[in-house]
Amino acid sequence: MSISIDEVNRIAKLARLSFNDDEKQKLQQELSAILDYVDQLKQVENKVQTESMPDADALNLVRDDVVEVTTEPEEFLLQAPSRQNNFIKVKSVLD
Amino acid sequence: MRLLRRPLFITQIVNTRPPRKDKRTMDNFQDLTIKSAAELLAHKKISAKELALMSLKRIKQIDDKLHAFLYVAEDESMVAADKADSAIADGENFSLTGIPYAVKDNILVKGMQATAGSKILENYKATYDATVIKKLNEEQPVLMGKTNPDEFGMGSSTENSAYGPSFNPYDITRVPGGSSGGSAVAVASGEALFALGTDTGGSCRHPAAFCGIVGFKPTYGRCSRYGLMALGSSLDQPGILTKTVEDAAMVLQLMAGQDPFDSTTLPKPVPDYSQYFDKSIKGMKIGMPKEYFVAGLDPEVKSSIDHAIKKLQDLGAVVEETSLPHIKYSLAAYYLILPVEISANLSRYDGIRYGLSVAGNNLEEVYFNTRSQGFGAEAKRRIMIGTYASSAGYYDAYYKKAKQVQTLIREEFKSAFSKYDLLLSPTTPGTAFKIGEKVNDPLAMYLEDIFTVALNIAGVPGMSMPVGLSKAGLPIGMQLIASHFAEEKLFQAGHALEQALNIKLKPKL
Repeated sequence: MSISIDEVNRIAKLARLSFNDDEKQKLQQELSAILDYVDQLKQVENKVQTESMPDADALNLVRDDVVEVTTEPEEFLLQAPSRQNNFIKVKSVLD
Repeated sequence: MRLLRRPLFITQIVNTRPPRKDKRTMDNFQDLTIKSAAELLAHKKISAKELALMSLKRIKQIDDKLHAFLYVAEDESMVAADKADSAIADGENFSLTGIPYAVKDNILVKGMQATAGSKILENYKATYDATVIKKLNEEQPVLMGKTNPDEFGMGSSTENSAYGPSFNPYDITRVPGGSSGGSAVAVASGEALFALGTDTGGSCRHPAAFCGIVGFKPTYGRCSRYGLMALGSSLDQPGILTKTVEDAAMVLQLMAGQDPFDSTTLPKPVPDYSQYFDKSIKGMKIGMPKEYFVAGLDPEVKSSIDHAIKKLQDLGAVVEETSLPHIKYSLAAYYLILPVEISANLSRYDGIRYGLSVAGNNLEEVYFNTRSQGFGAEAKRRIMIGTYASSAGYYDAYYKKAKQVQTLIREEFKSAFSKYDLLLSPTTPGTAFKIGEKVNDPLAMYLEDIFTVALNIAGVPGMSMPVGLSKAGLPIGMQLIASHFAEEKLFQAGHALEQALNIKLKPKL
């Protein structure tokens, strides 16, 4: 199952990753080899209609909608690359 | 809060006779286990401070050669050891109090670095404790530092760490296995008495096998993933690395349990694991999936496992061949499901809230620049596969199919466990390979996980334990597998086997 360079470009854009031409060539080969390997799953007949379900007693564990502060916002903000008061500063999102 | 935890292990320890010889010199720190160290502490033959100092001394002595640690918590460990000694003096001595341990660098310890072996988190300091760290802290073990992983847990050798690989203490030209390689090295080389890792596809069991120690993966949902940097959210579990099976149980006893911060943990009660040691395994039924014992298995691995099987049979266990036809598809299913989850989980590393942030002319450029500079090759590879397999037009053919195969595999395990108490397999296809041997062949590296991934796919618990040494002096591990939430059977059989085999593996370093 070979992947084209166009595909590599498309996926890279979706993944927000940039590669130079050499890297793209290498990736093309590596990804194709891996996809070849996982292709063997096609041999498995469609016996199962549903996807993997957790055990019945494990569905939908909920808690009360009560706000708890476990870490002060300031501690998180200290990790931010760029901040302004209580906000994380970013490049403009909308043009 | 601490007093609610019944310290059954320590009660048993305090009731034993004090150790005969008092000659616990620095040289013997390497020989200590959690249990024997706890004995010494309980009988006041040693202090937590002394243990921590011995650990530091050992780290300073050999970590230049081994590179198990990315961060040595020199000052913090002294403070923690003093606190542990106070607790012991106050009579609050539990099974892990004062025990020096290490934590893989993708698990959050508040205020300490957490690089996950990646450049993208080079200067990141954790803003909270992982739940498993909080739980351990109730008994005050002493944290000696953060260990080297493959980047974000992706790899089987630590060669994918952005900070350089770790080295196998049995042969420093070889890999320790991965991705929790640093943690395995820390325990095997006697730098720490236990370590935490994470296990998504074998990342605790694989390096445990390569380094001759015990590597334990709990059932999915047994322990909290809160504070673990998510790799594959349907596959991850915190894991335990120790020298003995009993030590692993002592750590799991503390780590297990439902967590309101992780809604995939289940409200299943945690058994008292100490009740399962020295319990006979006569009549225990152990299955060997024939799909795991094909031609091509390293003959030395096979013969060590055959020897272990003989011991199990001598102890009265019934060991026989069985079949799980779809487990041969585990690796393929894994390397589809996992990258899809990785591509989602690693999207948070974007230079906005924490970690590396590379400037750009606009927001998109910040993302592209940060991620391209910050991630290593393997991380990028897996993000790309995951993005591809989950993208429009490919989702049905790849990811959905893999999830269906996963269901088949889960069902086969469940059905096997209706007949057997445990399953058994090699942990790794061979012994520790040379540094550089597989790092340029991603698929060859993936095949290292061939025996371990099925457990993460099915969610069942498993443990690797040392069963022999190759002619080249490299450890060989065997994997025991139990059904969901049946960890006690792993301890019961593992401990019995460990006693029967009586192998004392110790690297010459």
